[in-house]
Amino acid sequence: MPTTPNKDSKPMSRRAFLRNSGLALGGVVLGGAFGTAIWKDREEQPQEAPPGASQTPAASGSYQDALMFFNQEQFRLTEAAVERIYPEDEHGPGAKKLGVAYYIDHQLAGNWGSNTKDYMMGPFSPGEATQGYQGRLTRASMFLIGLNGLKDYSQKTYGKAFPELEEAEQDEVLKAFEKGDKVKLNGTDAPSFFKNLRTFTLEGVYADPMYGGNKDMQGWKMRNYPGNQMSYYDQIEKDGLVKLEPKSLRDHMA
Amino acid sequence: MATKLPKVPVVIVGMGWMGGIIAAELAKAGIKTVGLERGKRRKTEDYFMVHDELRYALRYDLMQDLSRESITFRNTSKMTALPMRTHGSFLLGEGVGGSGVHWNGQNYRFLPYDFQIRTKTIERYGAKKIPDGMQLQDWGITYDELEPYFDKYEKMAGISGDKGQNPMVGKRSADFPVGPMKKTPGIKLFEEAAKKLGYHPYMVPSANLADNYTNPDGISRAACQYCGFCERFGCEYGAKSDPVVTVLPVAEKTGNFELRDLSNVMEVLHTGGRATGVRYINTLTGEEFEQPADVVVLTSYALHNVRLLLLSKLGKPYDPSTGTGVIGRNYAYQVNGGGAQAIYEDREFNLFAGAGALGSCIDDFNGDNFDHSNLPFLHGANIRYTQAGFRPIQTNPTPAGTPKWGKEFKKQSLHYYNRILTIGVQGSSLPWRHHYLDLDPTYKDVYGRPLLRITYDFEDQDREMIKFMATKTIAIANEMKATKTQASNTISNYDIVPYQSTHNTGGAVMGTDPGNSATNTHMQMWDAENVFVIGANAFTHNSGYNPTGTLGALAYRAAEGITKYMQQGKGMIG
Ligand SMILES: Cc1cc2nc3c(=O)[nH]c(=O)nc-3n(C[C@H](O)[C@H](O)[C@H](O)COP(=O)(O)OP(=O)(O)OC[C@H]3O[C@@H](n4cnc5c(N)ncnc54)[C@H](O)[C@@H]3O)c2cc1C
Ligand code: SF4
Repeated sequence: MPTTPNKDSKPMSRRAFLRNSGLALGGVVLGGAFGTAIWKDREEQPQEAPPGASQTPAASGSYQDALMFFNQEQFRLTEAAVERIYPEDEHGPGAKKLGVAYYIDHQLAGNWGSNTKDYMMGPFSPGEATQGYQGRLTRASMFLIGLNGLKDYSQKTYGKAFPELEEAEQDEVLKAFEKGDKVKLNGTDAPSFFKNLRTFTLEGVYADPMYGGNKDMQGWKMRNYPGNQMSYYDQIEKDGLVKLEPKSLRDHMA
Repeated sequence: MATKLPKVPVVIVGMGWMGGIIAAELAKAGIKTVGLERGKRRKTEDYFMVHDELRYALRYDLMQDLSRESITFRNTSKMTALPMRTHGSFLLGEGVGGSGVHWNGQNYRFLPYDFQIRTKTIERYGAKKIPDGMQLQDWGITYDELEPYFDKYEKMAGISGDKGQNPMVGKRSADFPVGPMKKTPGIKLFEEAAKKLGYHPYMVPSANLADNYTNPDGISRAACQYCGFCERFGCEYGAKSDPVVTVLPVAEKTGNFELRDLSNVMEVLHTGGRATGVRYINTLTGEEFEQPADVVVLTSYALHNVRLLLLSKLGKPYDPSTGTGVIGRNYAYQVNGGGAQAIYEDREFNLFAGAGALGSCIDDFNGDNFDHSNLPFLHGANIRYTQAGFRPIQTNPTPAGTPKWGKEFKKQSLHYYNRILTIGVQGSSLPWRHHYLDLDPTYKDVYGRPLLRITYDFEDQDREMIKFMATKTIAIANEMKATKTQASNTISNYDIVPYQSTHNTGGAVMGTDPGNSATNTHMQMWDAENVFVIGANAFTHNSGYNPTGTLGALAYRAAEGITKYMQQGKGMIG
């Protein structure tokens, strides 16, 4: 009988994994042995999160904090809106400090923003809710139309720009978009925009920090999510919450 | 003009689980084959950066490029079908290994009842129990006949499960080749609760290897690490059984198998009731090829197999108005709903960890394991608690009534992340005369050919089943020592948007009567004996289980059929 890869009680290191799973790595025919190269690479990496991991986002000053899609006004609107979706509180930073608006900017500039893997051929007709979104706009265009809508609606209702409104007023504006009956957008509808705004916000809070949000893994830390770990072989049976220092994909790059 | 290539004995279309198994078995039998796959090649090294929820789970890195081809959908024939513009209800695979790469690996055998569903239903309840319009039909094969092939497939894949015979399912000739997965505290709570209620919980049979394993083909693989990035991801350890780390290397090693990737098959060429080969396009260069072959095997996934048959004008298309014709008939899916949640204020679980097929389940309310005499539905569901790994973008559980965004949402979703255990239902889906597949009259693929159209909805049968199952899931949750529990017991209409399962079945079903089946039980076409159509298209209905364990058995049996056909050179394989 082959042995189980790891019977130690302490968290398994990459080296231990290599040693213990020798069966699959030791020159057997095919299959999983393909993976050898990965394990070798990973062996050399640091075990701990890099220094600065717990610094505040402002201080970490990432080169990714610049814009490839939004103009400044659009960026500020987005920052203000996502902060209401996921606000700063006693648990930790909100979407703004987590860099979510940068995340959204980068996403809209790329493939996802231009729906490159979606079926975008016509004819377009609205259909039933069970048939899914049927608009002709790309996510990027839809988002900009939504931001314009936020701007106009705030001016019309409160005589101020969205970022200048009180938090409660901002919430009212967003609720109106979520519901949709009082807001008309050109070429799309407010609830579809709101849905994307909410989804993008959660992605920016919790996606790997390489995408520009989840600054210093603080989104993960707030909920004890360990991020990218090699293995939970030793934790999987444990009672009670196991707290691990989170790791990001950068930890894979030796 | 297509370049005509030298003839080969067998061409296989699609290199997922089905294609991989057929390729390996034929290659081992000394039969030369060419495998065509429209996506790209993949290997374990590709998953170096795989723990990326955004890229793989939400940007569908391993899935079909819908900008080139999608499907259209409508609930009823009164609606106009519209294209599925982005991935939703199911996640079609693309690339070597197919969906077999990004699946979970929950691996079941359908029940003896399933294979003789019509006969056994009538035997126990009388013919009147089957409602008008429900096209229940036997598969033409029994569980016992298929058992040796289940065993063969499970040994190849290293399916991990409890030792001994579970009284609720078909008789096994041998134990699972690998022991069960590890038990988490949540699994133990589910098991204890189910046992207390008199049910028969067992560990979900898993294609995530519970231990290091060497299979009969000599393939050795490492044990699962419970990494929590399983469904929608490739396995960086090769611990998840998939075609790329099991059957395909076996096929390639023989020298009898050639795999061509980026090769999109456009049609099966045929004349006088015999296929002569296939035409395909290289997706990079746009070059067109004709690959002549003695035998054509379609393994391009249930939906794509049906579309290829319709586009190639092979077999008689199904007509729902008369109930005649077979290509497109008996489309079915999976009915999920009626889940219950156990919510804990006093303890937390490590729900970020897990594996695709890690869980415990019961079949006390699946198939015909319980009396339906006074129930307004047939068949049933597998009820399970699984721990596949909660990733943070997609998993933000909150108690009912919590707002979907803002301060309260943040607070509750952080608090409850590791405190809610969900009991799920995987319900069967029975065939109806008005559920079917055909070609869409309006929407086209990138080459200008019609998309496949799905006409499907949930029926009262499904709603009643879910209502019933919800009484069972909440009863289990109530025994799980939770602070509070909640359940939902309704489903409305089938909706293409939320992910449900990639368990599309039917459309070219197997059987013994060419009047209601497209193929015999070796999945050999009645209307073209040198064409084999292998996939869940063969299911006459879908059971309360994930399909692949049963598909695997059928594929091993079909491989034997193809080998026999090659030897005898003609005729239907009996
Ligand atoms: C997210 C997810 C989770 C799942 N979990 C489970 C589970 O836990 N348990 C279970 O039993 N099942 C599960 N499944 C289902 C399982 O993956 C399928 O049943 C199985 O992969 C089907 O095998 P197949 O060979 O028929 O199709 P596939 O594996 O999809 O392979 C078909 C291949 O054919 C190729 N192809 C298609 N058209 C053409 C063409 N015209 N020319 C050339 N090539 C073509 C495709 O690119 C693809 O690679 C899951 C599926 C998904 C997507
Ligand atoms: S959970 Fe296990 S089988 Fe699944 S991807 Fe992770 S290591 Fe592989």
